[in-house]
Formats: sequence, structure tokens, C-alpha cells
Amino acid sequence: MTPPVKFSAFLILFAVTVAFPLVVSLPTYQNFAILVLMVAQLGVAWNILGGYAGQVSLGHAAFFGIGAYTSSALVTLAGLSPWIGLVAGAGMACLFALVVGAICFRLKGHYFAMATIAVAEIVQVVISNCDPLSGAVGIYLPLTPRGAAAFVFSGKAPYYYIALTLLAASLLVNHLIARSRVGYYLRAIKDEPDAARSLGINLPRLKLIALAVSSALTAMGGTLYAQKELFIDPPSVLGTQLSLKIALVAILGGVGTLWGPVIGAAVLVAIEECSRIFFGSSGLGTDMIVYGTLIIVVAVKSPSGIAGLLRAGVQALQARRRPGVAAPQEVEERA
Amino acid sequence: MGHITLPLLTQVLLSGVLIGLIYALVAIGLTLIFGVMDIVNFAHGEFVMLGMYGAFWGVAYLALDPLVTLPLTALLLFAIGVLVYRLVIRKILAAPMLSQIFATFGLMILLRGMAQFLWKPDHRLVSHSLVEGRLTVMGLQFGGPQLVAGAGAVIVTAAVWLFLNRTRLGAALEATAIDREAATLMGIDTGRMFALAWGIGATCAGVAGVLLSTFFPIFPEVGANFILIAFVVVVLGGFGSVAGAFLAGLIVGEVEVLGGFLVGPAYKTALVLTLLLLVLLIRPRGLLGKA
Amino acid sequence: MTVLLSVEGLCKTFAGLVANNAISFTVAEAEIVGLIGPNGAGKTTLFNCLAGYHRPTAGRVRFAGRDITGLPPETIARQGIARTFQIVRVFQTMTAIENVMVGALLHCRQPSSAAALAREWLDFTGLAYRAAQPASALTVSEQKRLEVARALALHPRLILLDEIMAGLTPIEVREASDLVRRIRDLGIAVIIVEHVMEGIMPIADRILVLDYGEKIADAPPARVVRDPAVLSAYLGA
Repeated sequence: MTPPVKFSAFLILFAVTVAFPLVVSLPTYQNFAILVLMVAQLGVAWNILGGYAGQVSLGHAAFFGIGAYTSSALVTLAGLSPWIGLVAGAGMACLFALVVGAICFRLKGHYFAMATIAVAEIVQVVISNCDPLSGAVGIYLPLTPRGAAAFVFSGKAPYYYIALTLLAASLLVNHLIARSRVGYYLRAIKDEPDAARSLGINLPRLKLIALAVSSALTAMGGTLYAQKELFIDPPSVLGTQLSLKIALVAILGGVGTLWGPVIGAAVLVAIEECSRIFFGSSGLGTDMIVYGTLIIVVAVKSPSGIAGLLRAGVQALQARRRPGVAAPQEVEERA
Repeated sequence: MGHITLPLLTQVLLSGVLIGLIYALVAIGLTLIFGVMDIVNFAHGEFVMLGMYGAFWGVAYLALDPLVTLPLTALLLFAIGVLVYRLVIRKILAAPMLSQIFATFGLMILLRGMAQFLWKPDHRLVSHSLVEGRLTVMGLQFGGPQLVAGAGAVIVTAAVWLFLNRTRLGAALEATAIDREAATLMGIDTGRMFALAWGIGATCAGVAGVLLSTFFPIFPEVGANFILIAFVVVVLGGFGSVAGAFLAGLIVGEVEVLGGFLVGPAYKTALVLTLLLLVLLIRPRGLLGKA
Repeated sequence: MTVLLSVEGLCKTFAGLVANNAISFTVAEAEIVGLIGPNGAGKTTLFNCLAGYHRPTAGRVRFAGRDITGLPPETIARQGIARTFQIVRVFQTMTAIENVMVGALLHCRQPSSAAALAREWLDFTGLAYRAAQPASALTVSEQKRLEVARALALHPRLILLDEIMAGLTPIEVREASDLVRRIRDLGIAVIIVEHVMEGIMPIADRILVLDYGEKIADAPPARVVRDPAVLSAYLGA
């Protein structure tokens, strides 16, 4: 796409997303949109570590849960505003990320992924048994007072805009990192870690930066979730399922791409909701069957996810519109 | 916590051994697949789940004891393992690690979803089985099913070890694990070896499932209970080492049971996972891992 | 001539297997030193020790007046030793110019100015016309040159080149030799591991010969080719 086309597409997207809750007032649809935005934000945050630095974390629920628990504990125990909790949660997640990084970054590939599962599981067990945080029972957040300062609203629209803002901020951070020195370094590390070292790149430091940013954004998502649901417990904000879902969204949509996780989130949430509508509540596992199949297909056919498939489709269309002129990459590949 | 007496401690240690033997059996399949082709099978717990359901349906439809239908379930799992290799794994052999992780990961979700769709998310139990009740030897109590499961696990583990170390086919499998290219040059059909590894791997997990079915609730997501533990065992024993997995299974069983007994049952998983982190940091190659 | 690199009694063993045994030599500023020897003589191990990928079992490495023994690769790279890899390790998913930018970013932090620098180095290595293409689309010999450009972008004082001439046609070998000479003319010292003798003999100031992990010769090319120890190592006589 040419820059002007890109810019106008961006403007249209912006207008549509901002206008959405004004046009669509049905809570069901608004809730669906909020879910997509929240899940997309988590995927975007994950992508900074998993997509750019190539470090596959299957334990991101730990950071989400730390965000949710930090703000919730500050609300219930200290009476502080969740907005303070939002920042404090991000800070806590960063600190925890430094500890996790110091341990897990000594491991590569499969080992790293496994270690992150273990870390998240340990956090879940510890919080489940922590009485000041209500252990396995979970924390109920106060329904009143309502309003912006208390981060509690009666309608859905405010949550929608907060989720949208958080997603936009995460995309912006992602975009800025990708175009900065750190972004180049992370991609280098992902491609060829040994060669990256020969160019003076300090691997542990850069991976830590990626993890810290990723975990802080994930924790903010956790606080938003807590304030939207007004109830958290260890399985819902620290469970393995959540960790997997976060990673899934990015993988499904397109690892290391800016918009991939957003596409992935839309697809994933749509599958979940459709299966819920057609087959009843916690159900029949149809959603799992569909996205299990989808992940396998993506893994086998297109490591760059749905975003990659779309891109290939667009290129194929463009190539057909201009017969006789093959895309430059194709020429290279044949050579 | 009451008094810790010697008989009580012995009792705890023994139950650790029994569950450890099962963990070892689950992990052997995982370690075999990893050793032969450097792929971590995140769907391994689901093979256990399928084995459990195999036992359950044998009782429900055929009114046959899990131990009677075991050979059939084992064959079925072997076929599933080979099928998974043919349909999915074969296509991601040269793919980036991320694709490999997610292919087996997608498989895990797919199998769980299918189990939920076909068999409902309910917890099920095998109500009557050949081996029931408890056995008391020298003041120590043993659950009949647990004893049989432990013995079964030892037999299957020994069989796999003998197969790998005493048969030509097993030697070919080992050769493929050590050097894929050299094995190809020696005329070994590596594709067949990979399929074999998946078949045996799934069979081991499935048999473990059958053995567990008489004393463990059966539900679509039961595999989640085993996959992490199997990882710990594989890492502790050294990726690809069957003997290591056997030893490590026993250690993990002890850590879990003894830890649960001394620290509190709520922490037993956390203790096992802490062990995983420690091993990964201190000795990433595991106890008996190959350099 | 001032000494840039000095290696004293460097040893490297792997589980009892001696890969480098008591190797000592020096390299002066802007000198081209060829490193040759039969397969398994320990050439790549020596490179890995110099560049920080292996920690020497014994011995000292001094570079530009500082002891760099056992420092990690990234620190050594920052001090001015750049390298290429025997088996190419370009960043496959990046374009050619982005590959070089990663090197240039060490000293100039802005991607835009790094891109300008990277373009110059692509010019220098004759890869400018490939700049916008993914590194994976380059031929192996082009990828090797890309690694050279990427290493040069670090502004090193010493560059370690590992078999950049393998598999080249005779004309390409001459071009590669010329490239090495031009690198030296920039004031950069070069140690070059090579099996292609016609590529290295005309340009090297000195040739180091390794055999079974030991240094068996250290002399100008003309003398090395007549050295009986070298001849027996190569001919097995």
C-alpha cells in the first residue's frame, strides 16, 4: 500500500472504532468489541517479546495477574484508586519481569517456553495460597462509587474507550520499538543470536527490555480486566489457559507484525462467541476444535499467521491485476 | 500436621514411588520424541487422556476391564501417534521453532476440544475394575490399582528400553536420534523412524492413561495435569534419555508426594515446578542427558 | 609497526581434546595475516577464542593494550574486533541494508543515519544493488560479503574473516582478495582463515599455519610455501 492509501485507511479505521459504541448500543455487541480490544492488546504486548525478540513466553498470565492483583489489592486493602493501581501493577510486573528474565533468559527456545509455564504456574499457586489476597476465593471489587476516578462505570462504553486507548498505546509502543535501534537489535537476536553478539549486542539486556515493556503492558490489561469484571480469582487471571490464549492471539494473527494480534484477537473472540451462541455456554468444545485446527493450519501453512496469509493474498491479487509482471520476491525465489 | 512416624513416612515414600513410575512412563514417550526429532510435544498429556477414555469406554460399552482392553487401547494410541506424525508433524520438520511449538500446541487444544465435544466435560470414573481394594503388607497399605499401575509402568518402561537397546529397529531409532543425516546415509528411512517414535511415544502415554484410569478421574482436560510434570521429568532426566526419565520420574514422584506431605498439598505442583527451574538453571542437560 | 593484537600461550581444550595448544603470535595495525591449516587444525576454534565465543583454557589475549581474555563476544566487538562466520549467519528476515544497519547501530544510534552508513558499506563491498532485498534472497557468496559489510559497519580495528572465498569462481576470488586489500587500506588489520591459497598468498603479509592445534609456521607467504613442516602437514609426508 502506498503511504496516502495507508494513511486514509488508518483514518477510516480510527473513525469507525471511535464511533462504534455511539452507533452500536446493544450491550452484547459492545461487550464483544471490548473483548476483542482487550485480547488484541494482550497479543500486541506479547508480540514485543515473542514476535520481535523471538522469545516464546507461555506464561504471560503471570504478568496479567500481577497487574490485576496489584490494583485490586490497592483498592480493597489501601483504598487507592485503580488508576494508581494501573501504574503500580505495571511497575510490579516490570520488577517481576527482571527476576523472571534473570532466570529464564539463560534458556533458549523450547526450554525458555517451558520455564515460563513453570513460573506462571508457581505464581498461581503462591497467590492461591496467599490469605491477604483472599487466596483461591478471589477478590470482589466494590461496585461503588462509580465514575472515572473510581474506574467503575455503569455502561459499557467507557470500558470500550479505555480498552481502545490501551490498545492504541500498545500499538504505538510496538511501532516505535520496531523502528528504533532496539527493534533492529531484537529482530537480529531472533534471527541469529550468535551473529547479533558479534555486533556488540548485549542479548540479556535487550531481551530484558523487551520483557519489561511487554510485561508492563500486559499488567495494564490485567488492571482493566479487574475493573471491568470487578472480580478476579487465580484461575481467571493467572491460569495457564490465559497464558496460552495470549500467545495464541499473536501467533494466529501474525508473529512479529504490528496488526497481526488485532486480527488474531478478532478471529479468536469471534470463534469463542459464535461457538457459545450456537452450542450453548461452556460447552461442547467446538471453539477449541475450531481454533486448534486453525492453529495447526497456520503453523503448517503460514508461520506468519493470518496477517501473512492476507498479505500473500493481496500480493497475488495485485499480480493478477498486472499480468506478466511477477512480484520481485517471486523472481528472487526462483533464481 | 500430625506426628511424622517412620511407618507413615515409609508409606508416603512408597506412594511417591508408585506415582513416580507412572510419571516416568508418560515422560518416556515425550523424551523419545524429543530425542529423535528435537520437537517438544505439547499434546502429550492428551495422549494420556485418550488412553484413559479408551479404558473408560471399554468398561462402559464392552464391559471389559481396562487391563483387558489395554492391548487394544495401546494399538489405537500407536495408530493415533503415527497419524499425528503423518498429518501434522511431518510438515513442520524444517519449520521454525515457533511453528513447531504451535503445531503440537494446536493439536493439544484440538484433542481437548474433540474430547469435550464427543464425551462431555464431565468427570468420569471407572467404577468396577479387576483390581480393587487395598493390600496390607507389614503394616503398609497399598491401593490395588496403584500397585498394578506401578508394576505395569515398570514392565512397559523395561520393554521400551529393551526395544531401543537390544533390537535392530531400536538401534536405528537411536541412530536417527544421534545424527539424522548420518542415519539417512546409512540407509535408515528417517521418516519411518519419526513415525515410529510418535507411535511409541503415544502408546507409552496411552498405556499410562489406562493404568491411571482405575484410580484417577477422567475428563477432557486431564492431560494438563501430566504435561507439566512430564516436562519436568524429561528435563530432569535429560532430553532423549529413557533411563534418565525413569530415574527422574521417581524423583519427581517423591518431590511431589513428600513435598505435599511436609509442606502442604497445595504446594506440591509449585515444588515440582521449582525443581524444574532449578534443574534448567543448574544442569540444563539433566541427570543422564547426552552432551 | 605497532602491535594491535598479541596472543600468548593460548590453549583451548574440549573435554580433554586439545583444539589449540600454546599458540602465540602478534598482529600489527593494518596487517593482513593469513591463517591456514588442514581441516580440524583449530583455526575456527582460534577465531572463537579471539572473538569471545570460547573462553581460552589458558593463555592471554591482548588487544589494543587491553587484556580481553575471556570477555564475552559483545564486549570484544565493542572494543574493535569484528568477525564473519564460516557458515553464514546473516539475518535472514531482514533486507541486506538492514543487516548492515544492525552493525552500524553500534556507533550511531539513529536508524536513519545508520542506514546512510550501511549504504556506504554495501557500496564498498559491491552489494549496493542488493540493498532492498531480503538477505535470504542473496547467493551464498553474496551473503558472505554481506557479513563482511556488516562487520565493517562496526568500525573495527581488526576483522576476522572466516573462509569468505570458499566456493568462488577464480574471478570472484580475485575480487575478494581485492576487497581484503581495500579493507587493510582503511587501516584495519585482517586475520583471514582460508583454504583458497591463490586468494590469500598474494595479499597476506604473513601466514600462520596451524596443525593439530599447534602453530607450526609464522612467516611471509614466500617462505611458508617452502617450509618443510608445512609441506609435511599438508602432504602428510
